[in-house]
Amino acid sequence: MRADKQVKVALVSCGSEYAGVQGELEKVTSSVNAKLIFPEIDIASLDTIGRDFGIEAASPDLRLMMARAQAVVEGIADVDGVFITSCFRCAEAAIVRNEVRRYINKHSNIPVISYSFTERTTAATLMTRMEALTTIARRKHLLAREKQTGLTAGIDSGSTTTKAVIMKDNNIIGQGWVPTIKVIDSATEAFNLALEEAGVKAEEVQGIGTTGYGRFLVGEHFKAQLVQEEITVNSKGAVYLANKQKGSATVIDIGGMDNKAISVEDGIPGMFTMGGICAGASGRFLDMTAKRLGVEITELGALAVKGMQEKVDMNSYCIVFGIQSLVNSLAKGARPEDVAAAACHSVVEQIFEQQLQEVDVKEPLILVGGSSLIEGVPKALSSLLKIDVLVPPNSHLIGAVGSALLASGFVEE
Amino acid sequence: MAKVIIYPINSLILSDLVERFGHKPLAMMEKIKEKVNTVGVDSPPLNITAVEPKMGLKYAAVEVPAGVRGRMAIVGPMIDEAEAAIIVNEASMAFGCMGCARTNELTKYLIRQKNIPILEAEYPRSEEEGQEFVYKIAEFLRSLSTEERT
Repeated sequence: MRADKQVKVALVSCGSEYAGVQGELEKVTSSVNAKLIFPEIDIASLDTIGRDFGIEAASPDLRLMMARAQAVVEGIADVDGVFITSCFRCAEAAIVRNEVRRYINKHSNIPVISYSFTERTTAATLMTRMEALTTIARRKHLLAREKQTGLTAGIDSGSTTTKAVIMKDNNIIGQGWVPTIKVIDSATEAFNLALEEAGVKAEEVQGIGTTGYGRFLVGEHFKAQLVQEEITVNSKGAVYLANKQKGSATVIDIGGMDNKAISVEDGIPGMFTMGGICAGASGRFLDMTAKRLGVEITELGALAVKGMQEKVDMNSYCIVFGIQSLVNSLAKGARPEDVAAAACHSVVEQIFEQQLQEVDVKEPLILVGGSSLIEGVPKALSSLLKIDVLVPPNSHLIGAVGSALLASGFVEE
Repeated sequence: MAKVIIYPINSLILSDLVERFGHKPLAMMEKIKEKVNTVGVDSPPLNITAVEPKMGLKYAAVEVPAGVRGRMAIVGPMIDEAEAAIIVNEASMAFGCMGCARTNELTKYLIRQKNIPILEAEYPRSEEEGQEFVYKIAEFLRSLSTEERT
């Protein structure tokens, strides 16, 4: 990674240097061999940018933000990526941030991420996002790969489960799926299961790719050629498994700890968001719902499909309140299938409210991650968005497949 | 000599005027210089760390964005220290600005709440208004010296 060229990231913010997070922003960019650039602007443009851009913001720093975005689009600032950021809880900044992101996306091909910070935002929080931004900027040739070649492995060390696949000549020949307990032990177990099913030995594997929260540790342990965050890997894996590598697509990955919504063009991520204000919007809430209903997580989906979410009032904005609604509704005599359907609807509703507003949803909508196997989830998403939701085969192995696919690029290199 | 807080808080012209009349301007530039020159803090460009938004809690609640509280951690103590104030409303950006409209509102409010001599002037739009503007400020600053003497 360090041998790659340094990526120039334009910082388009309304004063992150006053909010105590600048040091963390510098730290995260330097850790991915990138550099923050403050785009130069003509000071006189601040008087007219409100009208030119269309938002007459009261805060001069927000006008500065718009002027800097304009400098990026017009090529005055030579940058490879853009990081748009403003204070969490500032309504005016939220409006400008969102419109600036759309503006850059519409008028340029430069990858953009947007984030609202508090003084507690750390480099670690931003790591996956910044890694994805720089990867998109510097490794487009790798992300353009459409076929897996040779014998490669992919390991996705997720927050809840660890998945591994062995791929040979564009086919999955072995897979392993285990709960994540100790990161390396679980990865080894999943990898061994996949090797066993594939009937190959670890020494025969030509390339390994790792992703997920434990990617660095697992990558180091297995001497992986590719250690990559989930946003680029999962979008690649999703369009590959769904056979939608050309054109536009939207990928939604409901994970155990957070969710990703990614708009993809020819297999390369464009805009993306990572979110989930609380675990109530993640697969974890579904896991807890299954436990409370006394069913296996694998049975929750079938149960949810039989139920009607309208019959149960549930809001899992916070996992604690979500469980409270669940307990209350059961106490009032609600049927378990209705509760299961309401839980699926609640998770999906939050993804819609919190994340899909920031990503332009273009069909096909590909739903991946373990939660996509809970039938109630794609059903709820489809009914909320009024479009068909595509769940590709092996959708839970998305990260592992994407890693194995991208790792084959290193084998050829 | 009076400690005079100026608004816009980083206006070079106002700061210079205050100084010419023998008073001490309380301005952003001085505070930022202190921050930047602080040895041991490494958070460029302004060396503001997560500690400042917490210090800003004295002036704004936790619901207020971190950027406002970070700014208030610097501006707030200057307001506390001020013995007089000059507020210029509707100033052009080149005259000085704090960047964040919410911080500006809070800064002006807190200054107005203090029981100190305050001059509020509109930013001049013509040469004539400009002369009147400087005259008003000069008068105000002279009056501070008189008050001090009496």
